[in-house]
Amino acid sequence: MEEKHAAIEVADLTVAYQEKPVLWDVDMYVPEGILMAIVGPNGAGKTTLIKAIMGLIQPAAGQISIYGKPFREQRGLVGYVPQRGSVDWDFPTNVLDVVMMGRYGRLGWIRRPGREEERLALEALEKVGMARYSERQISQLSGGQQQRVFLARALVQEAQIYFMDEPFQGVDATTERAIITLLKELSAANKTVVAVHHDLQTVPEYFDYVTLLNVRCIASGPVEQVFSEENLRATYGGRVAFLTAAGNGAEQVEPAATTAGHGAI
Amino acid sequence: MELWSLLQDLLFDYTLRTVALGAAVLGIVSGSLGSFAVLRRQSLLGDAMSHAALPGIVIAFILTRSKFSLVLLLGALVAGWLATLLMTAIVRYTRVKQDSALGLVLSIFFGFGLVLLTYVQRIPDANQAGLNSYLFGQAAALLQRDVLAMAVLGSAALVLMGLFWKEFKLLSFDPVFGASLGFPMRLVDTLLTTTLVIAIVVGLQAVGVVLMSAMVVAPAAAARQWTDRLSIMVLLAALFGALAGVIGALISSSGSGLATGPTIVLVVSAIVTISIFLAPNRGLLWRWIVRRRNRRRLRVEAVLADLYTLATQHENRYHAHDAVVIRTMRAGQGGVAHTLDILQERGLVRKEDESRWALTPDGFREAQRITADMQE
Ligand SMILES: Nc1ncnc2c1ncn2[C@@H]1O[C@H](COP(=O)(O)OP(=O)(O)O)[C@@H](O)[C@H]1O
Ligand SMILES: [Mg+2]
Repeated sequence: MEEKHAAIEVADLTVAYQEKPVLWDVDMYVPEGILMAIVGPNGAGKTTLIKAIMGLIQPAAGQISIYGKPFREQRGLVGYVPQRGSVDWDFPTNVLDVVMMGRYGRLGWIRRPGREEERLALEALEKVGMARYSERQISQLSGGQQQRVFLARALVQEAQIYFMDEPFQGVDATTERAIITLLKELSAANKTVVAVHHDLQTVPEYFDYVTLLNVRCIASGPVEQVFSEENLRATYGGRVAFLTAAGNGAEQVEPAATTAGHGAI
Repeated sequence: MELWSLLQDLLFDYTLRTVALGAAVLGIVSGSLGSFAVLRRQSLLGDAMSHAALPGIVIAFILTRSKFSLVLLLGALVAGWLATLLMTAIVRYTRVKQDSALGLVLSIFFGFGLVLLTYVQRIPDANQAGLNSYLFGQAAALLQRDVLAMAVLGSAALVLMGLFWKEFKLLSFDPVFGASLGFPMRLVDTLLTTTLVIAIVVGLQAVGVVLMSAMVVAPAAAARQWTDRLSIMVLLAALFGALAGVIGALISSSGSGLATGPTIVLVVSAIVTISIFLAPNRGLLWRWIVRRRNRRRLRVEAVLADLYTLATQHENRYHAHDAVVIRTMRAGQGGVAHTLDILQERGLVRKEDESRWALTPDGFREAQRITADMQE
């Protein structure tokens, strides 16, 4: 495998909310242009890892660099798709407005979005197959549509690196295919994607790299090298026997979380 | 008659005009900024801030002996702001949760304010400064210079809201994403909180510290019922706030002897009640009608689908079947006869004799479509 630029490097990262460490001494190396999955049980610290890399949580220790520089200097290179359930979808606004929020960072203080921002937002909505819904109230979206809106919002950030927190969570099959197509396109354009993922079965099919996380980093690297039964057992505590005899996939360890609260799909 | 004389007074009576103007200003400001508080689920924050303002008012009087409301309101502003800082600090540095911190700060500041108020009664000028009116509000006591002070403070709050509209929206909808974009969200939060404190302080003299939070929450909650756009919600909340303020202040000032705060709150409650029941889409009445219509539609479609099942099982698709059979298929759900009547009116079924029904060709096609939809 050829040496690529490091898009993200994390060394000795430790994070604690109160006394108990949530992440302990995590090292991670993400080459440019790859799709990386972060997997691990609930409460493993996956969301915390992403937030700590993006400077949203102050780590207790560790170094983080984006293309060799601290995150603060590279903020413009990074796009973010938070967990869908992290916002109130009953907020009085429409799809276009939410997507344009992805441009707020470029706009800076006080300046309002205008024509250019609207054009970019519509373009991004086109890419995620939501162009028809630009005027739709966000409260009327299905779970899959909400996820696409968040993806479009990240796309207008025009980033090099994307962090996505459970982009496949509770979406329908069509949306899942649309998202994975989009991820492959991003990867082909040499963008790097780090996504929290829950469905172990699809990891080898969707991703190039994987990080197995449970407070500590159990393993991190190319899927074919580190996505082994032994590592999965170490990550999930050996609760379930999951790798099939053929060794070409894993059963889901946790039942995929359903989001009944978010209406029809 | 009374309305007419009231209108005349409004135009020509100096006191009433001042009162109405002041009430309008306070309604506009608290309504607009209250919208953000409601959307951020911080309704109680307004309550804590307004109660916490009381000691600020009294201390400002003790220190300056001033009767100028602007001076007293600045005291309120400082106290309200300190209370917010204290709450944030409690939540951040202790294990006390947000709601408990709110209750704690509210009661400590308000209790302290009441003690000071009792003490200050002994000072000769206290009554003239109208300190007591800050409890339940006395719009009739508003002077032109008071209204001017309210207008200056209120405009400052509205200008801040206009300038930082985009940042406030980001903070209210997705603060974590905002932080990832590089906005210092804590600073944005402080800015929005400051404008909210200003909005509350503006209304204290007229509405009083006890009920001021209603003017923050109620107009915004009512406005939310009518619209799905933030900008329109803010405009409507301002309108509702002004309406409630003016009507309430006029009722209380026109010799009824009622305290202004409670009167305004009664008016705004009426607006909220109407909005909760009658607003399209979100209103209870509307939702009830929609649910009823849906249930009826589902019932009609189900009976049609049953007839279709029977028809496909029979060699003659237009063969008539007994209503009893359909009733059995719809086990336990009444209204089959009524539903069949509805279907007949639409020309989808045909009554063969007293008890037997058959699909019409239109009905067959419609049933085919529905069954196909269901299987999708
Ligand atoms: N704001 C917070 N304050 C305190 N503890 C938190 C906070 N956020 C998360 N945690 C805790 O940190 C751990 C990791 O959380 P998280 O990163 O969300 O896990 P994951 O995303 O893998 O499910 C969990 O035990 C959770 O309870
Ligand atoms: Mg998570």
